[in-house]
Amino acid sequence: MNRKTTTLFALMVVIALVLGACGSPTPADSGDTAPIVETVVVTVEVPAAAPAPLPVPPAGYGVTLATVLERGVLICGVNSQVPGFGYIGADGSFSGFDVDYCRALAAAIFGDSTKVEFRAVTAAERFTALQSGEIDVLSRNTTWSTVRDTELGGNFVHTTFYDGQGMMVPTSLGATTLADLEGGTICVQTGTTTELNLADVMAAEGISYTPAVFEDADSTFAAYAEGRCDAVTTDKSGLISRRTVLANPAEHVIMDVTMSKEPLGPMVRHGDDQWFDIAQWTVFALISAEEFGITSANVADAKAAPASPEVSRLLGNEGDLGLKLGLSNDWAYNIIAQVGNYAEVYNRNLGPDTPTYIPRGLNSLYTDGGLLYAPPFR
Amino acid sequence: MATTNPQTAKIPVWRDERILKWIAQIAFTVTIIFFAELIFSNMAEGLSQQGTKLGFSFLQGAAGFDIAETLIEFSRSSTYWQAFLVGLYNTLLVSIVGIIFSTILGVILGVARLSTNLLVRWLSAAYLELMRNLSLLVFLIFWYLGVFLKLPRVKEAIIWPGEIYLSNRGIVFPWGLPTETASTYRTILLVAVLAAAGVGFVLHQRGKRTGKSPLTLLWSFGVFALIALAGWFFLPTAPYMLEFPYVDGLRIAGGKTFTPEFMALASGLTLYTAAFIGEVVRAGIQAVSRGQVEAARAIGLNGFQTLRLVIFPQALQVIVPPLTSQYLNLTKNSSLAIAVGYADLFYVSNTILNQSGRAVEMITLVMLTYLTFSLLTSLFMNWYNQRILLVER
Ligand SMILES: N[C@@H](CCC(=O)N[C@@H](CS)C(=O)NCC(=O)O)C(=O)O
Repeated sequence: MNRKTTTLFALMVVIALVLGACGSPTPADSGDTAPIVETVVVTVEVPAAAPAPLPVPPAGYGVTLATVLERGVLICGVNSQVPGFGYIGADGSFSGFDVDYCRALAAAIFGDSTKVEFRAVTAAERFTALQSGEIDVLSRNTTWSTVRDTELGGNFVHTTFYDGQGMMVPTSLGATTLADLEGGTICVQTGTTTELNLADVMAAEGISYTPAVFEDADSTFAAYAEGRCDAVTTDKSGLISRRTVLANPAEHVIMDVTMSKEPLGPMVRHGDDQWFDIAQWTVFALISAEEFGITSANVADAKAAPASPEVSRLLGNEGDLGLKLGLSNDWAYNIIAQVGNYAEVYNRNLGPDTPTYIPRGLNSLYTDGGLLYAPPFR
Repeated sequence: MATTNPQTAKIPVWRDERILKWIAQIAFTVTIIFFAELIFSNMAEGLSQQGTKLGFSFLQGAAGFDIAETLIEFSRSSTYWQAFLVGLYNTLLVSIVGIIFSTILGVILGVARLSTNLLVRWLSAAYLELMRNLSLLVFLIFWYLGVFLKLPRVKEAIIWPGEIYLSNRGIVFPWGLPTETASTYRTILLVAVLAAAGVGFVLHQRGKRTGKSPLTLLWSFGVFALIALAGWFFLPTAPYMLEFPYVDGLRIAGGKTFTPEFMALASGLTLYTAAFIGEVVRAGIQAVSRGQVEAARAIGLNGFQTLRLVIFPQALQVIVPPLTSQYLNLTKNSSLAIAVGYADLFYVSNTILNQSGRAVEMITLVMLTYLTFSLLTSLFMNWYNQRILLVER
């Protein structure tokens, strides 16, 4: 009798909770009014004589920067299993293209690129980690897509690496097209755009296949190495990177097919436009620095004798662009001095001298036929 | 009834133990609800700041991903809800398979622990000790990477007698393909089951009346097998045709495939849980006092009869409650499937969570499902305990 009542009670509490979860109108209401819309804060140059009322910052505006400054360190969600992008070395230090972006952001905020703490997140964990505030920014070969930009509660900052999905097979298989994989098994990682694209492409081309789905890159590629699947698929950058850590890289080829567009870039939470701006203009600073030919080696000279007014504004000699972002005026100077420009970051991690060499291709400046193009600094 | 008692009537309200107990209960409930509300509103506020709203309607959206092992029809255009069901059924499948085999193995282990043979006794004790000190997760990964993925590739598959193909794509058995008479045959099977139940019931009643105990189960099964066999040969064409596996390009086609993921999870769970079931069985048997056995012998029952009529019925009363909780453990442990890539409830829910971004909803759904498993188990246990009480008189 007693036990029955307890069970019943537990059931009631659960039901009450669930009903509350579906029925409560409060979150919906406040959701409608919470100004999380991409409100553009227009800062107009106003003559000092007639001060216009400042636009009221939306709720959440500035919260992240304040939190980060108070904490004294930036928390960045990165990959730990993809050499060249986000990888944790034997000594516990992180390195990679996405990791260096975090360092650039820390340099912009603190003037010190080491004030950053890295959290390794898997594909499946990353959005929850960002949503829940466990990390301030996600920089982990993450593809920009509609659902992620909306329902997943984040905003993509800018594409830092233009990529596409590829397919890797053992050379011995002799497969060169997707059709050669008819009836085969393909290893793929869960929680990625990769598993969705795979289903899309194979359905569109009418190729039957069996997916073998794993939790993280290590187990996906371990299964591939064991021959659990005939092929493995992910972003081409991921394939190039993971091939370097396979037992015998020469025995695997990446097919000459591109299954999707994968624009990879950092992501921040909805609701804090200031933080979004800081994250975005950090990317633009890296790109513009390359465009202006400013490197970590010559940035001091460039600041002493700026080649153009825009360089002067970028490096904080003229105007107060940094202050408008809520940072110090030498924010971009610090990024370039401590981390380098886009090309330096790229070459350090993915350049010809690294094991994970990827030709720049689309990731060249627009002036070199690529897609990198930053808005003007003014 | 007690209201007329003048003694209780005098106790003031604030010292009446029954009332105080109730007040404590209510205070406790209010506290719980207060904290639940606190947690919930905190979460709702956080979500609304990011512009997300709670609700389950997203489950009707298209999943967009494929799942390799499904017991129901599923493709990338199926809904999230169907994906969830795929996971649920896969969990049930691996749990049921695990429960059946771990029970068989567990009973053997339990009896072996009480064997008069020293080696047998020592081996089963050693087995228990090993399992107790092993992490199940590590054990599963060992079975996956260390055993099933170490099998040869498709082209060099090992073929066991009976056309059983073993490769790192799984174990493929010949399997019955239904023909046009299959549905008729299913009706015949139903009749067979009903007849077997009827025979069982009649025998059971007779047993009660005469005091003799016929082998009810054996007879029932015999009736079932007889009708099933007769039906098979009576039909113009056999209802099922054996389909043999064969290598077809990159895969092994035909037959029934048990994937390495399923095999690793099922073997790991079975072998692990069997050790604990063995302990439960040993304790159950030992709980039956020696006097019972001696008495059974004294009235002339032989060894088998003693086991069947005296020891088992009594041991079962001790065994069933802890056994049920072992079954529940096995079911909950099957959520480690994610480590070996088997598409169980937890794994699929995790994928849905990631693709849809609905963390709160999915976690709630998963918790409710596992809670339902637990509640069903305890309902069964309560029912069983009550039945035993009746039998004891
Ligand atoms: N760009 C895709 C896929 C990114 C992804 O997760 N790639 C895998 C395979 S290279 C990975 O980085 N795994 C590492 C891990 O899970 O730790 C996405 O954003 O969904």
